[in-house]
Amino acid sequence: MLSPEHIVLLTLVLPAIGAVAIALAGRWPNLREAITLLTAVALLVWVSQLLPVVQSGDLPTVTWLTLMPGLDISFKVEPLGMLFALIASGLWIVNSIYSIGYMRGNQEQRQTRFFVCFALAISATLGIAFSGNLLTLFVFYEVLTLVTYPLVTHHGTTKARDGGRVYLGILMGTSTVFLLPALIYIWHVAGTTDFVAGGILADKLGPGALAGLLALCMFGIGKAALMPFHRWLPAAMVAPTPVSALLHAVAVVKAGVFSVVKVIFYIFGVDTLLSAGATHWLIAVAGFTIIAASVVALGADNLKRRLAYSTISQLSYITLATAVLAPLSIVGAVIHIAAHAVGKITLFFAAGAIYTAAHKTEVSQLDGIGRRMPWTMGAFSIAALSMIGLPPAVGFISKWYMISGAMAVQNWWVVGIIVVSTLLNAGYFLPIIYRAFFVPAAHDAHDHPHGEAPLPMVVALTTTAAATVLLFFWPDVPLALARQMLTP
Amino acid sequence: MSFLQHLPALQVVVPLMAAPLALLLRRSNYAFLVVLTATWAALAISTGLWVQVADSGPLSYAIGNWPAPWGIEYRVDPLNAFMLVFVSGVAAVVLPYSYSSIQAEVAPQQHYLFYTMFALCLTGLLGICITGDAFNIFVFLEISALSTYVLIAMGRDRRALMASYQYLIMGTIGATFIVVGIGLLYLMTGTLNLADMGKRMAEVQGSRPVLAALAFLTVGISLKLALFPLHQWLPNAYAFAPSAVSAFLAATATKVAVYVLLRFYFSVFGQSQVFGRLPMEEMMLILALAGMFAASVMAIYQTNLKRLFAYSSVGQIGYIILGLSFGSVNGLTSTVVHLVNHGVTKGAIFMLLGGVALRMGGTTLARVQGMGKVMPWTSFGILICGLSLIGLPGTAGFISKWYLLLAALERDQWWLVFLIVLSSLLAVLYVWRFVEVAYFKEPRQDIVAVSEAPLGLLLPSAVLVVATVYFGLDTSLTVGSAARAAEFLMGGLR
Repeated sequence: MLSPEHIVLLTLVLPAIGAVAIALAGRWPNLREAITLLTAVALLVWVSQLLPVVQSGDLPTVTWLTLMPGLDISFKVEPLGMLFALIASGLWIVNSIYSIGYMRGNQEQRQTRFFVCFALAISATLGIAFSGNLLTLFVFYEVLTLVTYPLVTHHGTTKARDGGRVYLGILMGTSTVFLLPALIYIWHVAGTTDFVAGGILADKLGPGALAGLLALCMFGIGKAALMPFHRWLPAAMVAPTPVSALLHAVAVVKAGVFSVVKVIFYIFGVDTLLSAGATHWLIAVAGFTIIAASVVALGADNLKRRLAYSTISQLSYITLATAVLAPLSIVGAVIHIAAHAVGKITLFFAAGAIYTAAHKTEVSQLDGIGRRMPWTMGAFSIAALSMIGLPPAVGFISKWYMISGAMAVQNWWVVGIIVVSTLLNAGYFLPIIYRAFFVPAAHDAHDHPHGEAPLPMVVALTTTAAATVLLFFWPDVPLALARQMLTP
Repeated sequence: MSFLQHLPALQVVVPLMAAPLALLLRRSNYAFLVVLTATWAALAISTGLWVQVADSGPLSYAIGNWPAPWGIEYRVDPLNAFMLVFVSGVAAVVLPYSYSSIQAEVAPQQHYLFYTMFALCLTGLLGICITGDAFNIFVFLEISALSTYVLIAMGRDRRALMASYQYLIMGTIGATFIVVGIGLLYLMTGTLNLADMGKRMAEVQGSRPVLAALAFLTVGISLKLALFPLHQWLPNAYAFAPSAVSAFLAATATKVAVYVLLRFYFSVFGQSQVFGRLPMEEMMLILALAGMFAASVMAIYQTNLKRLFAYSSVGQIGYIILGLSFGSVNGLTSTVVHLVNHGVTKGAIFMLLGGVALRMGGTTLARVQGMGKVMPWTSFGILICGLSLIGLPGTAGFISKWYLLLAALERDQWWLVFLIVLSSLLAVLYVWRFVEVAYFKEPRQDIVAVSEAPLGLLLPSAVLVVATVYFGLDTSLTVGSAARAAEFLMGGLR
């Protein structure tokens, strides 16, 4: 039996080995896809093995190599990272099934490169999830940006190139200009970059410097899409839909907010930030992002664009709830990482299914589509409920905790923002459901008869929609992990 | 034992003897074998010296048994032991590469001359590093420079002659400044031995001729190391020389000049005089920043990949000089480590570009369209090295950037921190010009049947590409040596 430390290294290396095997099997598509699925399943199995270990309170720690004197690339599986790894590896399986249907259904080019980069992206995501210090997180964060670039620009068109420029420019620009100096400064001040419960910056910096450093970190983590560095997310929508689904609903954006929570919780420390009052500005910026992105989503007719802005807004919930610094709201933030992941991946899956089956991309074209694609739109509706925060979807639970946390510290501004944004969420999701099911289809010349999307896609989106509901009734695992993180 | 004692002399003598031997043999294959043996022997010797210095401290060797300061002393300390390994290591990789690469680029009857000049150039560079004598530095500088002019002129493109001539003029001006500076120092201290000069500097510190010598040496060496705005010779020299020469020059020549600057600043003039009495810190800082930004912007607008990466070199030299201007241990560590990291990276790029020129008939952006498809390995190699130029983690460039930023943060100069990271974003722009042309465009129709570069070019290049990544992951060798060298320069180990 492998020790937990070995399992950690194995889970990091497994998708990378899978990527090599996928590349080698490029000539035989069926074998290639089999390898993808096999790797994905094996990964989830191994990651799940770590769960009981972490829950028993024994956090596996491994040092991989020493980058510079005193600076290691090391991994430590703590509850938050465990949750993130479970989400990423679990949804990778579903996404692979979906991708196979999508890539074949749309006869996409360069499928081997697609699956190779996907596996590498998962590897980098797990590296972020399990990182034991900020340096390791930074390294894998940058790797994730690079290996997803070929996915974003998959079509190789001018539009894809331009989208790729924005994607790379903002993500790499923010991480280089803000996060890297912050990282080096943290090392300079604290003499370590390790993630330690309670933070490593206590009594090391004044309130002003703390707020400034926090700003460098928060804007430096561009993947969390805090305004004004959110433009990469809509730009990345030029990618094929499975990319948008896994990367821009799960891996990349969640890597962003995961890093936000991790940096606030394990580098700065909740108590340090509370006593310095250094997060007031962050609450304001995150609150603004929530409202502004929702307003943009309200006006977007392109379905993927609407979902992208909805993502920006939902990500800032997590940042906002963390910045409130109340225990309950942090629990909410952690659960929302899981809640938004399963919900938003369903929505993107549905958008891709609509594109594949009906070749429709705009909201205004969706009249009556619910009758032709009942499974797709049914799943879409459940996920939309989760986004709005209504039962019986898991989004309700995370929102409940966020609001309770904000109320507990009597931060009525935050409560107000969440309530207003909930109305806005309803404002841009409910009309889609209404159109799909209650408006009769318009008969135009371009219309052609179609049914549901290919079976693998429908299976995938049904699975994630079901997960949204299941997590509402049994939120035990994320909840337990979030509680364990707060009281180790 | 006696053999080991003579290693410092052999370091220079072995390649020096290989040169006339190669000339006499005339047959290109024999000449190649002789120079290859000498180059690999030089690597072995330098490694031996490096180990000795690491074990037992600086070595001194009196040429012809004439004791210093009267005779010429070879002196190996943590700084130049590292430089010797670096220079001979790059030569040991580039020479096998040149065997294939000059087949297409240099007339066959000149091949033996190429190897002869290569051996001389290596002799000169190693000599500059190892000698402890100021005038001897000048002599070796000229040996390396003259052989370099010949090597550049061997380029197939006729503009190579012009580039060589340009470098000849600029290089000679630089050498003249250097010799004037050395003369002034000899006049004031009565010695040519660097260590002795350093000791006697206390008596004449701040006197006008010494300050004049500092000015002459700074300008002369800055020309040699292509400090902005004295870099005009560099882009043409790199662009039109045979690929093997571009690679060797890009990796080592300017770096050795930086070593000379470090040597004069910290071992002869002394830090207090250079940075205390004159505003050298500010001057170097401004020139370095100007280079980092201006040269990087110029790189973005180049249409030829060789020139693009040549301008990038000028920009990267800015980082090297910036580290020096801090005059702190971390600053100097970043300088020395970036010497090596950038040398390896740029050497790899120019070697790969040699393969591109061979297969695609040129390195203009219009010509290399769609390269990612037809030459996947070469393109990927250039991409990896490009990421190192940007300074992404996992590559050697990240390590350099880390120490440079750390040095700036130590002094709480946040504005400088942001200038450094902003300038590294310019590197993203010029590297991505290559990426978009190579991966987003279809190959040109008129370039038929392009295939991957031959193994003779690819394998040696791969060695340096792997080194670029390796030095980004395991830094015990590079950072360890650089930190020792920096502490030595700052007087920590003396």
